[in-house]
Amino acid sequence: MGKVIVVTSGKGGVGKTTSTAALGAALAQGGDKVVVVDFDVGLRNLDLVMGAERRVVYDLVNVIQGEAKLTQALIRDKRVETLYLLPASQTRDKDNLTPEGVEKVIAALKNAFDWVICDSPAGIERGATLAMRHADVAIVVTNPEVSSVRDSDRIIGLLDSKTLKAENGERMEKHLLLTRYDAARAERGDMLKVDDVLEILSIPLLGIIPESTDVLRASNVGAPVTLADNRCAPALAYFEAVRRLKGENLPVTIPGDKRSFLGKIFGRKAA
Amino acid sequence: MTDVLTQPRPIRLKGRSFLALALTPELPFEDWLVRLDDLAARSAGFFLRRPVVLDVEGLEIDRAELRELVSQLNARNVRVMGIEGARSSMLGADMPPAMTDGRPTADIEAPATDATDKAETSEPMAKAAVAAPISAAPAQAMPMATPSIVVTRPVRSGQSVFFPEGDVTIIGSVASGAEVVAGGSVHIYGPLRGRVMAGTTGNGTARIFCRKLEAELIAIDGFYKTADDMEPELRGKAVQIWLEGETIKAATLG
Repeated sequence: MGKVIVVTSGKGGVGKTTSTAALGAALAQGGDKVVVVDFDVGLRNLDLVMGAERRVVYDLVNVIQGEAKLTQALIRDKRVETLYLLPASQTRDKDNLTPEGVEKVIAALKNAFDWVICDSPAGIERGATLAMRHADVAIVVTNPEVSSVRDSDRIIGLLDSKTLKAENGERMEKHLLLTRYDAARAERGDMLKVDDVLEILSIPLLGIIPESTDVLRASNVGAPVTLADNRCAPALAYFEAVRRLKGENLPVTIPGDKRSFLGKIFGRKAA
Repeated sequence: MTDVLTQPRPIRLKGRSFLALALTPELPFEDWLVRLDDLAARSAGFFLRRPVVLDVEGLEIDRAELRELVSQLNARNVRVMGIEGARSSMLGADMPPAMTDGRPTADIEAPATDATDKAETSEPMAKAAVAAPISAAPAQAMPMATPSIVVTRPVRSGQSVFFPEGDVTIIGSVASGAEVVAGGSVHIYGPLRGRVMAGTTGNGTARIFCRKLEAELIAIDGFYKTADDMEPELRGKAVQIWLEGETIKAATLG
């Protein structure tokens, strides 16, 4: 029985899709069987980031409406053979997602995969609530700025009330993934500091992904950043996040701390 | 002709709800009054200081009979403050006013049969809840504490804790965009970044306590302050907030 993860945020453009692809690819590279599911019906993007946009035949809505079998809609990644994509439909809208249909698809995926990662659309409407509904674990993607933090707080509230786990009286496991973190700007006070975000949201930190052009470059070539260049800073941060997701107790390094640490050493040497 | 308004200040009108004892008389009144006398004999002062509402819904009586019943009750020192379920034609200017929209609550226990139980009658009225038809078989006593709720998780943005019955204690934070509405005081063991409205049912003695004040809005009994109006030196501090007259006061907690 696999684990169902929802990658969610409330606010758009914070890096849900990028993170879904990067985490999915990182987990699959470790040998686990992974499927990433695009719930953003009507505004799909995950296929692009995964580099599978030319291979989409059937999609999530087709499967839900019985027009295609799940195996027909799943797209296997060409680079990592244990990584699959279930794309969203671009021509339909989110009303085509039914609670019963989503439940059936998720149940089937859970049986076949170790990890089912659902890429939630922005907002708090139907698409987002259905994406989180059957999750065992939630990854809340947040940028270090006030509007993103408040939207994430709202999403955490929904995770604690509108999901199947919450309705059964269980507690949803939630992790914070802080993306687009710019140490220099945080230092200048242009961005919220890590501690401030953690204090407001009060959920455990899964990782901090530094702001980097590597992320954009990877998206443009259609590869998850953890596949495109597995040595760059954001990829390393995603690999560490995956280790924490699997239960490893790994301290989180705040980007920029290392630099200042080195700065101290250099400062000392120069003196 | 026209009165000159020397005072531009408007009169404050507020809603307030009280507990009242609802009496439902039965026909014939003579028999019912005997039973009432019996009850009063068992417990002197049962009706003393208790506001009484007379519920005559469904009774086939005319104006004279109702008037007679009220005067009979007056003679027994049962002061009727209002009449529920009567046609307006039955009520004159010299009669208690009509009352509507009463909400039933738990029954008030009639004094026990053997009792000259003084403790019972001197019990503060607020302890029993309202509106009880005095029945031959007294209902089970329900000792009720002051209502309060405890919330043990953070109140997230978009969530709302609504408890007009009494106090709210929150162990955790109240996020920006979240709100807490309480009839009594609000205690927050964590940062307050959202809005808190205490004493909303007209309770000016309600207070707001928090570990860290970063609120968007605070209000007690309808008087409010936004973040802009709050003293900047209190921001981020552990603070209590109360109402003095019509002014919201705040001070740090030691």
